[in-house]
Amino acid sequence: MNDLDAEDRLHFEQLVLPHVDAAFNLARWLLRRREDAEEVAQEALLRAWRFFRGFHGEDVRAWLLQIVRNTCYTWLEKNRPRELMVEFDEELHLQPVANPESIAITNNDRERLTRALEAMPTRFREVIVLRELEGCSYREIATIMSMPIGTVMSSLSRARRQLYLTLADASCKEAVREV
Amino acid sequence: MRCDFADSLLQGYFDCELSAASVDEFERHLEDCAACASELVELDMLSAELKVTPLYEVAPASLKKRIRASLLPVTQTTVMPRQIHWNWLAVAAVLLVFVIAGLGLRSAFHADDYRSELATEMVDAHVHSLELAHLTDIQSNDGSTVSAWFKDKLSFTFPAPDFAKDGFALQGGRVDVVDNRSVAVLVYTRREHPINVFIWPTRERGTSPHTGSLQSDQWIDWRKGKVEFCAISEVSAADLQQLQQLFIE
Repeated sequence: MNDLDAEDRLHFEQLVLPHVDAAFNLARWLLRRREDAEEVAQEALLRAWRFFRGFHGEDVRAWLLQIVRNTCYTWLEKNRPRELMVEFDEELHLQPVANPESIAITNNDRERLTRALEAMPTRFREVIVLRELEGCSYREIATIMSMPIGTVMSSLSRARRQLYLTLADASCKEAVREV
Repeated sequence: MRCDFADSLLQGYFDCELSAASVDEFERHLEDCAACASELVELDMLSAELKVTPLYEVAPASLKKRIRASLLPVTQTTVMPRQIHWNWLAVAAVLLVFVIAGLGLRSAFHADDYRSELATEMVDAHVHSLELAHLTDIQSNDGSTVSAWFKDKLSFTFPAPDFAKDGFALQGGRVDVVDNRSVAVLVYTRREHPINVFIWPTRERGTSPHTGSLQSDQWIDWRKGKVEFCAISEVSAADLQQLQQLFIE
């Protein structure tokens, strides 16, 4: 039994552990707090380890991120169910974020983008993070988020549109302030 | 006004995810569509901004360390005392017997291990469904309605029989995720107590049913044809066995 455990562990370390950064990054953006992300990423990695023997696919990163994602959503349902109640609703999402001025007054790009991203509904933020930060293909996103590729495209479209409008709105306000 | 292609081809084109034929089709469209052309520019600006801004957050070293540490199983390795002057052939024969016995035990152990891990996952999903009071996505006591509802959601088929006359009333079904697979769940009630029956395709051969319990819940797992079932509830193990019998008849 020891040999098999050791062999499994070696495989796991070689295949899965290189993606811990991706796991943490996704959890951080889904949960928006680093401390929560650390807790949930660790739990997700343990689940991945428990089910590693059942994994026979090729795309380890997508497999792991799917587990991370599910663990995050379970955690959100338990701890912050209100965040998940916002569904895909064009009307709602095209509204500017709650407090655009706080975004406008900061000149720091990172801060500004972070706030704009964090103000988005979880599922929109998720698809942006997977595509733009993690560089996942549509197929990978479809696997991770358990949705058809057509839905990946339309979610990505709406999420990008919302983010673009939020940022444009904020920088417009900033320009007005400077005049 | 956004173009009809904005939600589909435009994104695919921008992300280089289209087939050559679709690229041609979209480029022809782009010649006449100002809305798509300007949205492409916006997509490019947004993407560039996201790329130059350091938004990616890597895992802290302490987290990596904790994860690595938590993977170590607490099994003890036994070190054979060193012996000299052994008859090598006898040693080899003895070792061979050990290895063969070990292999058999090992695979049996892991199959059961994996099965009870799965059952643990399903008990989690069961408890979760009760906590959220989210048992059914389709509510019906009509087997064919329920089974038709599942048809375009899953890649495998199974019957959804109502056993109301035997005391197991079909309430409906839902799709749940267990072990990262989509599974079907049929929901029954037995004297007001809900029973979740998880159903998923399997390649394993049928065996006699496995049973177990976790805290206040009982589970029974069986296979029929290419489908595996696991019924979970707080009703008695005997009740679950009766339900399992009804299913396999």
